[in-house]
Amino acid sequence: MMPDKAIMPADELPIAPGPHIWRGLSVKKVMYFVLGALIPPMAASIVFFGLRAFLVIMTSLVFSVGTEWVAKKLRGKPFVMDGSALVTGLLLALTLPPTMDLWMVAVGAIFAIGIVKEAFGGLGHNIFNPALGARAFLTASFGIQMTTWIMASSADAITAATPLSNSFVWSSRYAAKMALYWDMFLGNRAGAIGETSALAILIGAVVLIAFDIIDWRIPVSYALTTIAIMAAFGEDPLIQLMAGGLLFGSVYMATDYVTSPITHTGRVIFGIGCGLITAIIRQFGGLPEGVCYSILVMNAAAPLIDRYVKPRPYGLKKAVKNAA
Amino acid sequence: MNIRLQTKSPRVGVKLAENKLTAGKPTEKLPLPEEVILPLSQHIGAPARATVKRGEKVLTGQKVADSERPVSAPVHASLSGEVSSMSVLISPPTGQTIEAMVIKSDGEDKWVELAPAKDVASLSNEEILKKVREAGLVGMGGATFPTQIKLMPPKEKRIDTVIINGSECEPYITADHRLMLEYGEEMLKGVDLVRRVLNPQTVFIAIENNKEDAIEHLEQLISAANYPFQIVPLKSKYPLGAEKTLVKTILGKEVPIGGLPMDVGAMVQNVATCKAVYDAVYLGKPLIERIVTVTGAVKDPKNLLVRLGTPIKNLIDYCGGMTVAGAEIIIGGPMMGIAQFDLNFPITKGANCILVKGAQVFSERDCISCGRCVDICTMGLMPTLYPKYVKKGRYDECKAAYVDNCVECGACTYGCPANIPIVQYIKIAKKELVRRAAKK
Repeated sequence: MMPDKAIMPADELPIAPGPHIWRGLSVKKVMYFVLGALIPPMAASIVFFGLRAFLVIMTSLVFSVGTEWVAKKLRGKPFVMDGSALVTGLLLALTLPPTMDLWMVAVGAIFAIGIVKEAFGGLGHNIFNPALGARAFLTASFGIQMTTWIMASSADAITAATPLSNSFVWSSRYAAKMALYWDMFLGNRAGAIGETSALAILIGAVVLIAFDIIDWRIPVSYALTTIAIMAAFGEDPLIQLMAGGLLFGSVYMATDYVTSPITHTGRVIFGIGCGLITAIIRQFGGLPEGVCYSILVMNAAAPLIDRYVKPRPYGLKKAVKNAA
Repeated sequence: MNIRLQTKSPRVGVKLAENKLTAGKPTEKLPLPEEVILPLSQHIGAPARATVKRGEKVLTGQKVADSERPVSAPVHASLSGEVSSMSVLISPPTGQTIEAMVIKSDGEDKWVELAPAKDVASLSNEEILKKVREAGLVGMGGATFPTQIKLMPPKEKRIDTVIINGSECEPYITADHRLMLEYGEEMLKGVDLVRRVLNPQTVFIAIENNKEDAIEHLEQLISAANYPFQIVPLKSKYPLGAEKTLVKTILGKEVPIGGLPMDVGAMVQNVATCKAVYDAVYLGKPLIERIVTVTGAVKDPKNLLVRLGTPIKNLIDYCGGMTVAGAEIIIGGPMMGIAQFDLNFPITKGANCILVKGAQVFSERDCISCGRCVDICTMGLMPTLYPKYVKKGRYDECKAAYVDNCVECGACTYGCPANIPIVQYIKIAKKELVRRAAKK
């Protein structure tokens, strides 16, 4: 029996492919979550370093977003205020010394967004963490400025050594040591703007992990590897954990989605790699601190890790066995 | 023997908002429509061909289309009246055309004489399978594979475990839930017929623990009738009801890539299919109606007992109409359901739900490699790869990355912060790979 007519659509209904529901966690929300989790270290930095810190942060934010806008215009792409430029700007500022000249901060922000991020294709395509790329660039360009530290809460801004520098003399006396731990935990020490307060960073980390924004595997494997190796060299593990940018870097930098591996196992390998390189630089390197470079090196290794570390597809083992 | 086993939970998957609005609403009979539109292919396999002529009078339950091909299923008139025309339906989302028979109701719903089995206990397996086939049974969980074919696994595939799937893991849908509550006895008799045919060592009934009342109800019925069945409560997670995930969660075994559950000695049957097996064998009644959940943005969400071929418009109207303008009308659940462009599209054997949902517009962004899709995937894939490959036309790499392993559950897309319609890219890749394979 041949069909005699086609039933044509009588109604114009909107159609879309499934799934028809969405979790609702957008890229933008993720970015604003990260910004929110950066509030504690940012607040701590303003408490400890005052107006200087505030100016560095503002300069970095303004130039990051501005550069993003210009770069999108040049590339003929729409500019979306998705918060990713703000995250990069804030991350960069928080890794700089509070005494940094503001024009240098601006140069760093322009480099982070313009070169490290947009020149590679923008969010999702960059190989290196933009903030860390810019930090490395600034260290190469303005070596003295980048390694001049002041004590936190010092009114007259005398230069001081960070706890990881050779000139820093450890006290072996128990009480003094406890006081040192406490100062480092709160953030009353020399260092980059946002990295000094372990407490503030840990608050941010708890928020990010609790809301499923970052994978705990990276900071945990990273920090544990570093302090385990340093402890083997006879260093104090707690001081190693809280000194330098280890906490800040492992929580906020190494966990950057775009520049870290995508699988759980890959992330553990990534974290261990970061920890290993950090420890090697701390122990043998000419630099006082290795967090920035170790993450950058592992950023470059992330695509390789993703290539070889993959989940096992459901049912694969059996198929191989049957074929054999 | 303990009827109720310990609750199991899959390791991966995603927790969805359940939105089972109609869980507590008993099934209502939808009034007969003026006409039914019966697609001749409501199953996977060869389409059936009309066995009645235009203008012919037919009775409810009368066979109106059949096929001689082995993998196929007959279609029966779902009301009495006159075959008014043959039509072509456009099937979303592929745009393929399917033949359909339109039957105008005479309003009397006169049934053919059914042939109930006199002594079910004495029926041979062959007789049971023949009745299942003649009743036009297909998998009613949505896959619509002809049931009698599924119940005849090749000799070398021994079925040790039968899993009756009452998990209903998609949000909103409560059709199977109501079926278990209202037709529990019939369903269990159907399950027992399936057990007789396959002779497995174990029969599990898998139900998500958001249907505690159904679990308790069946537990009582099983213990009263002394059936050798065990209930496995499952922690509600999506896509737990997918065959392969179910097999792994309950048996701890993985079905080989490209294989079927029978390759590991298991078979999964949907609860509604089992109830239909009862109807077919005990009552001699063909599959002409099913329970459909009508839910979402309708005034009064309901569970309805609907004659196949009823236009979805009738169901929505019966539930008081839509409450939002410009809504999507989805047949199936919110995860795997298919949006319809025509309110006259009929209810078919595999349609368990009509979901009315305010349409949302998303724009796709670049992947930020957050890895959520990888974490969620129950099939152990890296969904993020496929959109990247498809955009560059690298279909061979999709194949090398096991794209065929995907069950298209949509969990990856649900959780994607960049709004990448990953499942769509996967479907494109699969289709293109099939096309290329056919060319060779």
